[in-house]
Amino acid sequence: MAKKGWKHPPMTKERLKNQFNSLIGNPFNVIVFITLILLFVLIIIPLLSMVHNTFIVAKSELRNIPGAKVGDYTLWYWKYLIASPLTKTILWVPLRNSLIIGAFVTVIAVPLGALMAWLMVRTDIPGKGLLSALILIPYMIPSWCKALSWMTIFRNPSMGGNGVLSSLGIPVPNALASGFIPIIIVMTMHYYAFSYIMASGALRSINSELEEMGEIQGATRAQILKSITLPLILPSILSATIMTISKSVGTYGVAARLGGNNADGTPFYVLATRMKDFINSSPKGVGYAMSILMILLAAGTIIINQKLIGTRKSYATIGGKGTRSNLIQLRSAKWPMLIVISLFLIIAMVMPVFFLVMESFQIVPGGGYGANNLTLYAWIGELQNAPNPGYAQNGLFRNSEFVRALGNTVKLSLIASLITATFGQFFGYITTRGRGKWYGNAVEQLIFIPYLMPGVAFSAIYFSMFSQPRLGGLIPSLYGTFALILLVSIVKHFPFASRSGSSNMMQIAVELEEAATINGAGFWKRIASIIIPLAKNGFLSGFLLSFISIAKELDLIAILMTPKNYTLSFLAFDYSKEAMPQVADAICIVIIVFILVTNRIADKFGGNVSKSM
Amino acid sequence: MSKIVLSHIDKFYGENHVLRDINLTIEDGDFMTLLGPSGCGKTTTLRVVSGLEKPQHGTMTIDDKPIIDADKAFYEAPSKRGLNLVFQSYALWPHMTVFDNVAFGLKIKKMKKAEVEETVMRSLKTMRIEEYRDRYPNELSGGQQQRVAIARAIASSPKLLLLDEPLSNLDARLRIDMRAELKRLHRETGTTIIYVTHDQVEALTMSTKIALFKEGEISQIDTPLGLYTNPIDLQAADFIGNPRINFIDSKSVYDGENLSVESVFGTYVFPKSTLKLDEEIPLNKEFDTVLGLRPEMVDVYTEDPHHKNTVPAKVYANQPAGSETLITLTVGGLEFLAIQVGLVEYDMNQQVFVVLHPSRMNVYNKETGRLIKFAKTKHKAGIDD
Repeated sequence: MAKKGWKHPPMTKERLKNQFNSLIGNPFNVIVFITLILLFVLIIIPLLSMVHNTFIVAKSELRNIPGAKVGDYTLWYWKYLIASPLTKTILWVPLRNSLIIGAFVTVIAVPLGALMAWLMVRTDIPGKGLLSALILIPYMIPSWCKALSWMTIFRNPSMGGNGVLSSLGIPVPNALASGFIPIIIVMTMHYYAFSYIMASGALRSINSELEEMGEIQGATRAQILKSITLPLILPSILSATIMTISKSVGTYGVAARLGGNNADGTPFYVLATRMKDFINSSPKGVGYAMSILMILLAAGTIIINQKLIGTRKSYATIGGKGTRSNLIQLRSAKWPMLIVISLFLIIAMVMPVFFLVMESFQIVPGGGYGANNLTLYAWIGELQNAPNPGYAQNGLFRNSEFVRALGNTVKLSLIASLITATFGQFFGYITTRGRGKWYGNAVEQLIFIPYLMPGVAFSAIYFSMFSQPRLGGLIPSLYGTFALILLVSIVKHFPFASRSGSSNMMQIAVELEEAATINGAGFWKRIASIIIPLAKNGFLSGFLLSFISIAKELDLIAILMTPKNYTLSFLAFDYSKEAMPQVADAICIVIIVFILVTNRIADKFGGNVSKSM
Repeated sequence: MSKIVLSHIDKFYGENHVLRDINLTIEDGDFMTLLGPSGCGKTTTLRVVSGLEKPQHGTMTIDDKPIIDADKAFYEAPSKRGLNLVFQSYALWPHMTVFDNVAFGLKIKKMKKAEVEETVMRSLKTMRIEEYRDRYPNELSGGQQQRVAIARAIASSPKLLLLDEPLSNLDARLRIDMRAELKRLHRETGTTIIYVTHDQVEALTMSTKIALFKEGEISQIDTPLGLYTNPIDLQAADFIGNPRINFIDSKSVYDGENLSVESVFGTYVFPKSTLKLDEEIPLNKEFDTVLGLRPEMVDVYTEDPHHKNTVPAKVYANQPAGSETLITLTVGGLEFLAIQVGLVEYDMNQQVFVVLHPSRMNVYNKETGRLIKFAKTKHKAGIDD
């Protein structure tokens, strides 16, 4: 802290006393302090604890490691994972599968999203109002719902039943029923949203005068697109690419549902599904080690992205003052382009929902839509009247598991999003008011960590931390408790909530608070009468968006689930594995309706699903 | 009521030394303007006074009561300093009506409801905006918002009113109105005012005193007239005055009694009594100097007026602007500017005669850039000087 030309004043008692008082007397400092501790305890310690656990002998491995005692240091788990005869099956093959999926999803989804963004923002494509209202709906449908819907169509006997196609007598090859192709297609229908959202943001910030200048110079539309528009949005497309790779490599739900079996009858694994199996069975340490690899993989790509793009990202907004934008006329390409978007919407939104709804009314899935195969049983049926003796439970609205899962979901989403959104506002407050100061940066970076981790790996951390008593029994084992699921949901959503909080706080000029300070308002008075009234709408939209995100979450909570804590997502996932997909379909529909309605409300408060990436 | 003394204030942002040893005394009832280009530390000084910034070094007192003592890490809370601040952005709370904006601070002081009502209405009346009491800030024009911001600041009857570039967001006409309004407010309330601006016209028209800032330091503290007539260095001279002052290169010799200055205008001799003797003036040795000549101190005649300080000149360009006319003149390759009241027509290259007033010129040591010879103020100068 030594500064040129200024000697540090002597540390008198009075100086110390005053410094101490101003530190403690300012609630803001206290809040920053508590926040740093909280983030350290909730993020850093669990992460370190999991790393630690991969080097410690657990009870279940005693028989595998001769002469070891529980708690000894060991490299056994890591050796098992990366240097054992099993390495190929448990690591290289799933890793290869994940990377293949990630590569294909990225190659298809990113150009698709960018094209649609360009069409929607910069061209005169007909029906824009309606299209732009619909185009992000496929992203709002949970990806595992789309996986279930895929099965309603392409299921074949290898997946334990018939889908629409095979019931019509059309043979469905195994490659379409499960494995790479369905996983890639379903993920593409989900992760197109990253490049769509980022590219349309970048396109919107480009002044159309830049393109018009090209036109005046005599460039054709194709040349303008290639040498002016594309280079300008390239940074955001690159960003979207990295995000897509990182997300698709880490996704659990879709791969778990559509993985199926390899040709030789062994299960098809990706990293996430393989890891979950290790954690839920044994050896857990290997699962932890895998999740560390997944975190490194995801974090690595995102950090590379930050380094590569970070500095250049801003130039996409040069000329961002241009609000007036002259649209590019598509002329003869107008209708073909409209067909492309419509086809996408049909495949990614209309068909999944339609077939989910239809299957939910069927007695035998894949048994056709004749009156003799239709029933409301999946919705309201009672077991004693079941039209099919194979049914295991009542219809949805008479099913106590559904009611409990509904209760759990509402309870979890409500509490978690309320807490995470509230914390998010505080974090946003600290990071915006502390911009450029050490504590602002520290909070910002700590909060960013959960964002780097795939959901399934993040919950592995919490599983490893809390599946045993901690602090000498002061914290009991939390495995199987609602509290643990709640905690994971809250912390995993910190990055998003804090981003929403800081964009909210950024809109509240510091002077508004300073004016209140001068008029005698203390910290809490300022929060109550300036910050809260002005942050209200932003808070509500942030809250509703976290609410949606938590309500549809599957990857994040899959590892931590026990029957009494099932949420709707997990219940649907569970049912779909049994021979009763209709009820799972019905749950999906309930979730989709719920998401769309909540999103509509969030929209009213200025919330936007594009902010919830 | 209140005398503010800042001494040895230093403020750092990281490694950045933004205020360097600021010493400033503001007497009770002063209208003190902190003037300077952007980034010179004037706003930071204001924020230090208000308590929104804490300097690392120095002290500040209000009426001899300690407010800042950086060595003891003592900083009185902003609300206990008896002052109020008008922000450049106005910082009106958008979710409160005009009335609530003004009443906010009074309610915090736990003033009784009837009294709040009365006080708010009094300050709204002072700013002549009482009819807008129930409007929200975004329903008001920029000028009206400005009045609300001031009303809010004066409602608590502060002993010291701080204004941070309050007129910079207004259009030219409103700015003139508000200048008059602020001057009247200062007269009526007798409040001590510290006013930050980069606009010299605001500074010259409203202040009782001006502190001129340069790169985090105060280079000069003077009355508007003093600052205008005798800017302490070349930069200050250049900054103050519109159109800007003419600088004329010259050579000087000082023999201990007189300073003789030679330029294209001839040789002027200035007695010791007009010199600023605490500055560096080489003795018995020729050195480079710069003459400072205000455009309005150049009288232009079309016929030789037979004055002792007459110099023939040529018109280079002529810019009549209604109330005044700017004339660019040349004398022996030197170009300089004159200003005349009213519309005057000259032809290009027309021969004219200019009468100069050496006693009203400044002389600067070119090497140090500092003022070494005072100019007489106009009302002290005789017509023939």
